[in-house]
Amino acid sequence: MFYYNGFREMTVGKTLWVIILIKLFIFFVVMKLFFFPDFLSTNFENDEDRAEHVRHELTSR
Amino acid sequence: MSDLTTVVDWSRLQFAITAIYHWLFVPLTLGLSVMVAIMESIYLKTKSEKWLHATKFWMRLFGINFAIGVATGIILEFEFGTNWSNYSWFVGDIFGAPLAIEGILAFFMESTFVAVMFFGWNKVGPRFHLASTWLTSIGASISALWILVANAWMQYPVGMEFDPEQMRNVMDNFWALFSGIAVNKFLHAVLSGWALSGVFVIGVSCWFLWKKRNVEFAIRSIKVGAWFGLIGMLLTMYTGDGSAVEVTKHQPMKLAAMEGLYHGHQGQSLAAVAVLNPDKEWNNDEDEYLFDISLPYGLSILGRHNPHAFIPGITDIINGVDLNAEGDTINTVSYAERIAMGKKAQEALRLYGEAREAGDSTAMASSLETLKDNYRFFGYGYFNSVDEAIPPVGLTFVMFRVMVVLGSYFLLFFIVVLFLVYRTTLLQRKTWLQWIAMVSVPFMWVCSEAGWAVAEVGRQPWTVQDLLPTIASVSAVPASSVIVTFWLFALIFTVLLIAEVSIMCRQISKESKKALD
Repeated sequence: MFYYNGFREMTVGKTLWVIILIKLFIFFVVMKLFFFPDFLSTNFENDEDRAEHVRHELTSR
Repeated sequence: MSDLTTVVDWSRLQFAITAIYHWLFVPLTLGLSVMVAIMESIYLKTKSEKWLHATKFWMRLFGINFAIGVATGIILEFEFGTNWSNYSWFVGDIFGAPLAIEGILAFFMESTFVAVMFFGWNKVGPRFHLASTWLTSIGASISALWILVANAWMQYPVGMEFDPEQMRNVMDNFWALFSGIAVNKFLHAVLSGWALSGVFVIGVSCWFLWKKRNVEFAIRSIKVGAWFGLIGMLLTMYTGDGSAVEVTKHQPMKLAAMEGLYHGHQGQSLAAVAVLNPDKEWNNDEDEYLFDISLPYGLSILGRHNPHAFIPGITDIINGVDLNAEGDTINTVSYAERIAMGKKAQEALRLYGEAREAGDSTAMASSLETLKDNYRFFGYGYFNSVDEAIPPVGLTFVMFRVMVVLGSYFLLFFIVVLFLVYRTTLLQRKTWLQWIAMVSVPFMWVCSEAGWAVAEVGRQPWTVQDLLPTIASVSAVPASSVIVTFWLFALIFTVLLIAEVSIMCRQISKESKKALD
């Protein structure tokens, strides 16, 4: 209710909330999905494969 | 330049720019929230409307900063998963646990009480509202605690054991995370936010004085800002001293880089003003400085609280030479030995993996023993020469001095401002004094960011001290994708910064026309 009434009664704060929402959309939808996939989760199916990949990376550089 | 080096450099640059932008918002949140809570407490005690006006005015500016800054830190976690996946896996739950606690606390505590703080003025009782304001402020500091505990662990990794099966470090002592480095780092960072907010409040209030609007309100705010800032700055210096002692103990190479020191002495001086010799290398006979004015015994006092203590320089550390408190030479492990031990540990880890695949338990046990014996210098195995283990001396040296010089200036600034507002009317009358205060505001941010540069550049090339350098921490991703996202972030954060400054300025101007006295 705080949020609901707060939003309804806001004047200047509305600009801020628009910025927050656009920012969160860019961060969590655009950037996270298209530019920042979790490298190990995306490329390997299970923790064992991930550990093997990291073992290879850390012992071959 | 190889693709790996490009990935490392751009990933570091991207992380640096994200952290720098994030830290533009954080210290003001940390400090201004406490100041607003103090003002509201005074209002509740005195029931004076003028303190209510002051509370609401500074709370609105806090709100703007909070709104623009919120979630900018989450980008750092995206970067861990994408650009620094080897690191993220390697550090395991040690890094993940504090960050998870921070996420939960930040979300539940801050978002709940921020709502009451902003929207609850006429909906909850005054005491409950005040409690919410304080809890917002405490929540912000607790969030910072977990982030800084995680950061401190990277600088001084303790409380864990490496598991070659999982290929990650497993926490075996949670409380070890609260090391001296962590405690000092937390207090130093949070208290510097107090000092920064003090400068911000004084600067904005001086704009009111310059415009001759709400003069009484401005003077009242300056008094709170100056006292709060002075206490913050004194405590920042005290905890900075604690940090220097911890760095001397656990990251001597960082201290040597901060000073541009190659050959240490007992009773080591501290270069107050100096120009580094660009031709100086750890293994040549060039002088360290082209010019210097040094404070006798300064670095020994700073680092070991003993004017006669020995402080090792870069060359000493590389050669494994140190002196104990009695002045006797003691041999630590030289960098050449560390590199050899690191390579041995890495080879043992590789053999462990092969033995595990072959089901050879005897070979596994033998490799594990070798790995354990050499693990403390695991990360040195990635270097082919000791030069690769030296941080950027010039940048660390300069940033340390920027931080100290500006920090000292702001200590003086608070003292002078307090004198001016209590003993004279000069601050109300002299425009140039008001302008000095206003122009000082951005320099406080420079000081704060310089402190982070010392901490983070000075610990290079490590992501986890002695265990994992940046070169081994990055993901096997194409450099082009990191470069694209770097510019994307630079653009987004610049837009956010412009939005913050313009909204803040507009709001200050608008509010200044209201009666706040």
